[in-house]
Amino acid sequence: MATATLYLPAGKVTVDAAFREEVARLSGQPLELCFQCQKCASGCYPTREGDYTPNEIMRLIQYGAREAVLKSRTIWLCTSCETCGLRCPNGIRMAEVMDILKQMAVARGIVPDGEISPLFHNLFLNEIRSTGRVQETMLMLKYRLKTGGLLADAKLGWQLFRRGKLPLVPRLRKDPAVRRIFELAGGRG
Amino acid sequence: MKYSYYPGCSLEATGVEYNLSTRAVAGALGMELVELSGWICCGSSSAHAINRDLALGLAAHNIALAQEQGGRDLVVPCSACYTRLSRADYQMRHDPGERVRAERLAGFSYTGQVRIYSFLEIVKDRVGYAEVTRAVRRPLAGLKVACYYGCLLVRPPEVRPFDRAEDPASLDELAAALGAEPVPWCYKTTCCGAGLSLTRPEVVGKLVARILSAAREAGAGALVTACPLCQNNLEMRRPADEDIPVFYFTELMGLALGLGEVSGWLKKHLVDPFPLLHRLSLAG
Repeated sequence: MATATLYLPAGKVTVDAAFREEVARLSGQPLELCFQCQKCASGCYPTREGDYTPNEIMRLIQYGAREAVLKSRTIWLCTSCETCGLRCPNGIRMAEVMDILKQMAVARGIVPDGEISPLFHNLFLNEIRSTGRVQETMLMLKYRLKTGGLLADAKLGWQLFRRGKLPLVPRLRKDPAVRRIFELAGGRG
Repeated sequence: MKYSYYPGCSLEATGVEYNLSTRAVAGALGMELVELSGWICCGSSSAHAINRDLALGLAAHNIALAQEQGGRDLVVPCSACYTRLSRADYQMRHDPGERVRAERLAGFSYTGQVRIYSFLEIVKDRVGYAEVTRAVRRPLAGLKVACYYGCLLVRPPEVRPFDRAEDPASLDELAAALGAEPVPWCYKTTCCGAGLSLTRPEVVGKLVARILSAAREAGAGALVTACPLCQNNLEMRRPADEDIPVFYFTELMGLALGLGEVSGWLKKHLVDPFPLLHRLSLAG
């Protein structure tokens, strides 16, 4: 397994060739075709709020910079809008790659400080696991409680509630089919 | 014409107007929507971000239910649910390995008889806009509307190509069929920030501000969407001084068709659309 050290503007980065192979295999995308045309970056607004643009993430993957990529804020900002994949002249579905990177980051416990997306996703999936559906009221309440801010968005919450858009009736049904899907899918989480 | 119906989680809460208006408009156009019994969450953004098997299994289970419950085509109003279910169907239909995986996860045998449609697609291709125009009682004259498709209705293009992925036209043509004036603009399919609404509201705020200001610049008095997450983001995370209304296309249809329950739906919006409608003499 070849390793090396790169000195990038972002700082010192440890290179691991196996990372590139792993991402290519899991995502099924032709990463080697990227020639940095940056069409993905031009169409991507969400990741502008992060640390790397999609093409920079791609370059870092090609370099095998596992830590830099999996610790980036960018991967958690990707909303999977698929604009990148639509426009890539080489047909690279960057959103698929971003999904794989999220999964790899969670599997290794490498998440940037203060990144709460994994928590949100877990709350979301737990709602499905327990009742088969996501009751938005319960999701919002649990999210607020876990992030210590019941008052955040309180005015908004009240406006939604007043209009009947946050029903409070709990859905208690357990669905064995749902449990089964979670169990069977569990290994790859 | 009878269809199976998959509302999805948002349509029972923050997107309730979309649920009500879709059902009402379907009824007015002679369609019967039969809600799937025991439907489960499609997985939305969280499932595919965290676990691909989960994403495939949850979506496939709903297709299994549709197969068991009459085998009719499945109508899905929410764009996120639509993309998750269409993709699962596409994978099962075209990739034998994926089909075997899905069948194992959801415990069923895929027949391919159920096709997944967004309600917009049904209105466009099954009902036809000429028929919609014939049913219009009150043309939405004077309503300049920016049609906002969002991401997942038209992407990825190979999964369900009922409209162009860049510069789509189906909502614009529908708006015109209702007597409104769709404005040309450049942010038709620019992401609203989707599921980042709770975790990164400031990011969504920037995305939304850009979209709304582009709509204004194009001369629009309102936006029209086909997704509950888009509609909610555009209202909930708008800049403090912005009050442009955001409609669901089914609400505009209800208004133009003269359905009685329209004001009940519109009263649920966070941004009051009535001042605009009064100005255009389209309310009441």
